Amino acid sequence: MTQPEYTEYYTILPLIILVIWACLLLLVDLFIPKDRKGITGFLAAMGLALTLGYSISQIGREGTGFNGMVVLDGFSTFINILILISGLLGISLAYGYVKRMGIERGEYYTLLLFSVTGMMLMAQAADLIIVFLALELLSIPLYVLAAFARPNLQSEEAGVKYFLLGAFATGFVVYGTALVFGATGQTSFSGIFSAASGGTSGLLLTIGAALILVGFGFKVAAVPFHMWTPDVYQGSPTAVTAFMSSGAKIAGFAALLRVFATAFPALSADLTNILWVLAALTMIVGNLTAISQTNIKRMLAYSSIAHAGYILMAFVPYGNKDVTSISIAAGLFYLVTYVLTNFGTWAVVIALEKAEGRGLEIADYAGIAKKYPALAAAMTVFMLSFIGFPPTLGMVGKFYLFRAVIAGGYSGLAIIGVVTSLVSAYYYLRVVVNMYMREGDPVLEQESWLGLTTAFTAILTVALSFVPQWLFLLASTAVFRLF
Amino acid sequence: MVPVDYYVILSAVLFAIGAMGVLSRRNPLIIFMSIELMLNAGNLAFVAFSNMYKTFNGQIFVFFVIAVAAAEVAVGLALIVEIFKTKKSINIDEMNSLKG
Repeated sequence: MTQPEYTEYYTILPLIILVIWACLLLLVDLFIPKDRKGITGFLAAMGLALTLGYSISQIGREGTGFNGMVVLDGFSTFINILILISGLLGISLAYGYVKRMGIERGEYYTLLLFSVTGMMLMAQAADLIIVFLALELLSIPLYVLAAFARPNLQSEEAGVKYFLLGAFATGFVVYGTALVFGATGQTSFSGIFSAASGGTSGLLLTIGAALILVGFGFKVAAVPFHMWTPDVYQGSPTAVTAFMSSGAKIAGFAALLRVFATAFPALSADLTNILWVLAALTMIVGNLTAISQTNIKRMLAYSSIAHAGYILMAFVPYGNKDVTSISIAAGLFYLVTYVLTNFGTWAVVIALEKAEGRGLEIADYAGIAKKYPALAAAMTVFMLSFIGFPPTLGMVGKFYLFRAVIAGGYSGLAIIGVVTSLVSAYYYLRVVVNMYMREGDPVLEQESWLGLTTAFTAILTVALSFVPQWLFLLASTAVFRLF
Repeated sequence: MVPVDYYVILSAVLFAIGAMGVLSRRNPLIIFMSIELMLNAGNLAFVAFSNMYKTFNGQIFVFFVIAVAAAEVAVGLALIVEIFKTKKSINIDEMNSLKG
């Protein structure tokens, strides 16, 4: 054990900035009058923007710190930037929404900052201790945020359910980590890797890794650990749902990718089949259940489960050395796709939501195209992107994913992916049909930040699909040094 | 000295009891106690393995788990109190306002 060097602090400087900013914000918030908590939101966004700036300047830098506990590399920087952008989009969605719903309290933004910190720590973790800490740091603020609309019963229920299931998942992660530690005597990824390659006590290690997979399966909402998702996504305030469906997924998948690629490659023979089944089930169940939903929040919850399945596909060939890097790059690419489309969709949902949970049925989307053509066009772009239809980013993302999976020799999974995408067209297009072909008189909340977010994500979703190589190259360079 | 296997078996039993408790009980407080049991099963295994390998890593992890579990308790109990104030009941089966 040695004292950390000065330079090691640079590896986690974005986290340090964000934590200090959030703590100061808690104090500053005391002096901001009750009816002007939007200022806290602005300050929180400034903190995120500052950290984003620093994270961008970290591109290309690498290092490990604190006795190999945290690592800074292309992968973590890529994920960090994506998470910070999600945080910013999350604040821009919440800014008007919390005011309108009468839940404008300063803690909202501080909790969001702490959660973002946890997500970033997750991406930089190189030791299971840090993975556990980061998992809790990102989850605990989210439990509170889910119940933020108290004394609204639905929101409170969402909070309690999310909390109980989240804590249950933590139990699995802790016990899995204990077994992995028991099998290898190590908690750092590199230590586990070298011990596992040496072929020590395989069964204990496999069970441990499987339990960790179960824990993260809960976090990223993979079938059969998804039952909390629809309730929590529906009950939480919509702005929170938007943030947690993106942020928690990015962080969960980032941690899974790193743990599996750097610590457990030796177990691929056992785990690949489990991952295959998990991915297939998640795609099938998510898409099929979404069909029967009439509430847009519930439908999007099932759709987010389905997309977790698509991203899980990127894990399946992880033991095959030739394919791992392109499949992980495809996974990262799909995360970007998912985040942009997801935030855009939720922005539209928030724009049409009324007090007391009205305006959330798919039927309420009737007649939007006539009254608000730009909004309907944006929503159509998002729905097409979710289906994977050109010219949107979703199509490119799915193309890269399927290509990677087929290259890994799992054509069956790719076929399931294509078929379920076709099935998903049914419920995504139902929203579009409602907007364009039914008569109705919807009323839109005109908020500049919502409009900006919608326009920003819609334009990026279309524009990036014409230059996907650029983004894919970024993702590939990010994973290049992972191994 | 008690062999490490015994500790691991005990921890596995505790973990299983905890997991069963979460799945079968209907009171959030009891579910919560069951979750704590699962975490403590992990702690027990950690300490036992840590002793076996003669390293401190596992014991350090236990401290982290204890501290974080305390934070989780604070948030969890607050959520349960909050829902009790609104509903006057904390039975899981009655938490059914979210449907689709």
